[in-house]
Amino acid sequence: MSGLSGYILSRLGTTALVVVGALTLLFALTLLVPGDPASVLLGPRATPEVIDDLRRRMGLDLPVWLRLLKFLGQVAQGDLGIDFISGRPILTMVLEVMPYTVTLAFASIGLAVAIGVPLGTYAATHPNTAADQALAVVSVGFIAVPNFVIAIYLLLIFSIWLDWLPVLGTGRPGDFWDQARRLILPAASLAIGWVGYIARLMRSSLLEILNEPYIRTNRAFGLSKAKVVYKYALKGAALPTIAILGLGIGRLLGGAIFAEIIFARPGLGKLIYEAIGTRNYPIVQGGVFVIVLLFVLTNLLVDLVYAWIDPRIRANLGKASS
Amino acid sequence: MIASAREVLAKVWAGGTGRIGLVLVFVILFVAAFAPWLVTHEPNKLDVLHRFADPSFEHLMGTDQIGRDFFSRIVVGTRLAVGVALAVILASLTMGTLLGIAAAYAGRQAERVILILFDIITSFPSLVLALAMVAMLGPSLVNVVIVVTITFIPHFGRVARAQTLALKSAPFLEAERVLGASPVRLVLVHVVPNIMGPLVVLASMDVPVVITIEAGLSFLGVGVRPPLASWGTLLYDGYQHLSQSVWPVIFAGLTLSAATLGFTLFGEALRDAVDPKLRSRAA
Repeated sequence: MSGLSGYILSRLGTTALVVVGALTLLFALTLLVPGDPASVLLGPRATPEVIDDLRRRMGLDLPVWLRLLKFLGQVAQGDLGIDFISGRPILTMVLEVMPYTVTLAFASIGLAVAIGVPLGTYAATHPNTAADQALAVVSVGFIAVPNFVIAIYLLLIFSIWLDWLPVLGTGRPGDFWDQARRLILPAASLAIGWVGYIARLMRSSLLEILNEPYIRTNRAFGLSKAKVVYKYALKGAALPTIAILGLGIGRLLGGAIFAEIIFARPGLGKLIYEAIGTRNYPIVQGGVFVIVLLFVLTNLLVDLVYAWIDPRIRANLGKASS
Repeated sequence: MIASAREVLAKVWAGGTGRIGLVLVFVILFVAAFAPWLVTHEPNKLDVLHRFADPSFEHLMGTDQIGRDFFSRIVVGTRLAVGVALAVILASLTMGTLLGIAAAYAGRQAERVILILFDIITSFPSLVLALAMVAMLGPSLVNVVIVVTITFIPHFGRVARAQTLALKSAPFLEAERVLGASPVRLVLVHVVPNIMGPLVVLASMDVPVVITIEAGLSFLGVGVRPPLASWGTLLYDGYQHLSQSVWPVIFAGLTLSAATLGFTLFGEALRDAVDPKLRSRAA
């Protein structure tokens, strides 16, 4: 057990270091902005006095190391700064759009599991059949094609040619069905790549487990193949898939930017994209940091859950630390 | 253990999907190499009288929103995509390998610093990091290459370090050292060739990812500047004018997908041919 707690401590320590490092990197990037953030933000027609005033309000007149410390201190208190155009806290702006992005990410993952797990299970229980080989090719195709190409093709096929689904926006507030229908295409565009991943991963881990001695013993004792697969093997095969899903949520928050732009939905990606367009760097910084934070935390969670669930990893940790 | 390039390519060709990948990769590299001779029109020449033309013998893929020949733009876009991918992969492979070897040979403190730096870079989803960096540095072809290179360095660095660590205590390296070989000779003559196999496989599997990120950045308007044609910009322009013509989106999307699919199939076949054991690790 000391192995596990030692592992948790070192993992937490690394995570904290990485988060501080990521913040420092984001801070350093603002130093690279040609000109300085204040004059870039205000545009070429601003008077020197106005620029000076904004520079002071943004704290740009302080030495670099002090600005970094102030920045880190503020973020530690949950303050991502103020948007100097609208005067609103950036954290509020991020939290406002987060639900849309999180809904999209979870809908995509849900869709990917609902399709990918059965496909992978079928492929693993019918290995080397024509269907299995066809699935293998389709999976690679799903993984390889960029999600923004899929998004545009879905838009083209289902809402322009077939006119089946409404295209843009999130739907009328309060109208659940309208919102759900408008979620289908964006979620599908992000899910398709993950369907490929999950189907492949499910197939390979299930095949591996079906060859384990305890599964063969169960078969030898006369349990039906279906029962062995559904009662025992799937449980074991679920673990790597769950790990991929955890990583997927974090990655999807970043990938959602394309679905949000193409389907004109509000969200974190859209917020960052628009801030880049108007050169509003504090918002870019804050938005990107939130994505990084969620990404790092989901990775941490996955690692910890993994170590906790899988006795083999726990055993190895014990050996490694002693 | 180390097969010749010819044997490996023969193995790739023997597998069904590997063959598809090899053919697609060959076509793409061919188009990229001979782009100036393959274009049917000057790719940046406007012809406002023939905007949104459908595909024809005159314009194989139609024309775009200001009447430029879309086929020619796709062709020069191929050269850009392949050029960026090669530049990024070579640069990040070189720097990642050197950093990884350095980490394996350096003292404990230096190794930890390098690993934490890798962790920090990979704590950003690569597209998001590239987006943030290009947004602040300003969009340009050079900046795209620099930024994407940085996001890929840890990928190679980690593998190079692990491979070097595994190799470090090999008797033949000990012997070389005892005989007085300089560290530079040790690394360049013995370590690098011995760890290259998995790194080259990784590099080939990263090509479609780099192509996707470059196209993605250009799609978002923070990639290469006009009038340079990137597949991503072609796709975005097509998306903007979807109500006038669907052809640009169809052709740009198909080309981009064929490229990423081709390089993915090729990379996976290459991995299976070089070292089937890598398969489970990559999944």
